[in-house]
Amino acid sequence: MRKTKLFSLALAALVLTGCGNIEPWVKPYERQALADPIMSFDPNPVSTAYLDHVFEAREGARGALGSAGGGCGCN
Amino acid sequence: METSARASKRWLGVAFALLLLPVASFAGVLADDRADMLYHRYDGGGVTIHGPSVLVRKKLAEKYAISANYYMDMVTSASIDVEVSGASEYKEERDQYSLGLEYLRGKTTYNLGYTNSKEDDYQAETTSFGISQDLFGDLTTISMGFSRGKDVVRRRDTVTDQIDPTFKEPIDRWSYRVGVSQILTKSIISSLQLEVITDEGFLNNPYRSYRFINPTDTRLFALAREVYPRTRTSNAVAFNARYYLPYRAAVHGGYRFFTDTWGIDANTFEAGYTHPWGPWTFEVGYRYYSQGNADFYADLFDRPNQQNFLARDKELSTFVSQALSVGATYDFLPSGWRFIKKGTLNIRYDRIEFEYDDFRDARFALLPVSDPNFRAAGTEPLYTFGANVIQAFVSVWF
Repeated sequence: MRKTKLFSLALAALVLTGCGNIEPWVKPYERQALADPIMSFDPNPVSTAYLDHVFEAREGARGALGSAGGGCGCN
Repeated sequence: METSARASKRWLGVAFALLLLPVASFAGVLADDRADMLYHRYDGGGVTIHGPSVLVRKKLAEKYAISANYYMDMVTSASIDVEVSGASEYKEERDQYSLGLEYLRGKTTYNLGYTNSKEDDYQAETTSFGISQDLFGDLTTISMGFSRGKDVVRRRDTVTDQIDPTFKEPIDRWSYRVGVSQILTKSIISSLQLEVITDEGFLNNPYRSYRFINPTDTRLFALAREVYPRTRTSNAVAFNARYYLPYRAAVHGGYRFFTDTWGIDANTFEAGYTHPWGPWTFEVGYRYYSQGNADFYADLFDRPNQQNFLARDKELSTFVSQALSVGATYDFLPSGWRFIKKGTLNIRYDRIEFEYDDFRDARFALLPVSDPNFRAAGTEPLYTFGANVIQAFVSVWF
């Protein structure tokens, strides 16, 4: 029991220290490609919102689309 | 008077200085000022929906942003449900207004949103709150959100075409979201989203009916009003990734798993390719969606009130939908004009095919029995339809 506690404590400490020391492995000056507009998850929100609505109104699934969602009035 | 004016000025100065103070420590960035004017058109399965959508967002002092959206649907519907119910084509309009506020403080962005959607027979109001935080040298962004929706369902009398004053049912909605966006390498970014939605209230369409075998002639069917459970909770988890190709192009892929308390399980796969070419950017995409039916769904029930809940909504049936999309963007103001920094013209076309596994084309059983095309209820061909979705829009950054 004591061993488990100690182990948990050590693990928690390790995780916490790890969090504090995470070095960004992709440096800010290496993010040129990621900053290109073609890499945007949602380059045209007005179009994405519309298409999400088109599918949501015709399919049973919903959610996890990254938008605020809800209240589409599409019963 | 003069003293009070001076005091006001001093306060303004202090307020202004306070506004400027955190600027030095800004790590996050709000999206650019932008306006979009979109025309959308959906045409498929006897339904045409078209209209405009206008979205404007503007930053204030680099730490606040306000956005407003007006969206309109003009619907003309003679869908298979309308035909089978014996009703005639109907027209309706939906107006939706949204307002959003964002506040950036250090690496944290807070956002508030409000949406109001109105039709003659349906009103929906949604309020949302969200927070996102950049972590680990901005490699990771975590976000959380909550939405609360209140809808009111009304019904139009199909004979008098007036809103039925005796029918007014509410729906309460709650949505909880968490997400992580993660830079994996110099050329890969990914995101994981999780959303739980709970609805409570009148969840079926007040016009839709289920069908059952006509007891007087088993080749025919009769209709009765659907009965749905009054609660529904759904879980969805989605993973998306984008990869930057060495010759300046991007591929993306995504997967979403969905499950709910009505027994529907669904999988969505998506893939796409983006290719810039001079002032143009071309996009192609493919989306595959499949779902299993709800526990209380049936295309044809044996008898009325066969079970507690009865539905024949094709959205709750077993089906597959596949969509192919093509899009093009033309940068018509690459070096700007007056206060406009950039402008694009965009067009996008989606072709969607729906193939149902347990939703039959009941119109065949409505034909006269003597008609060679007549099919007995339950033996009609499975329903299938295709839809064309067009979007044309102008975007300007200012």
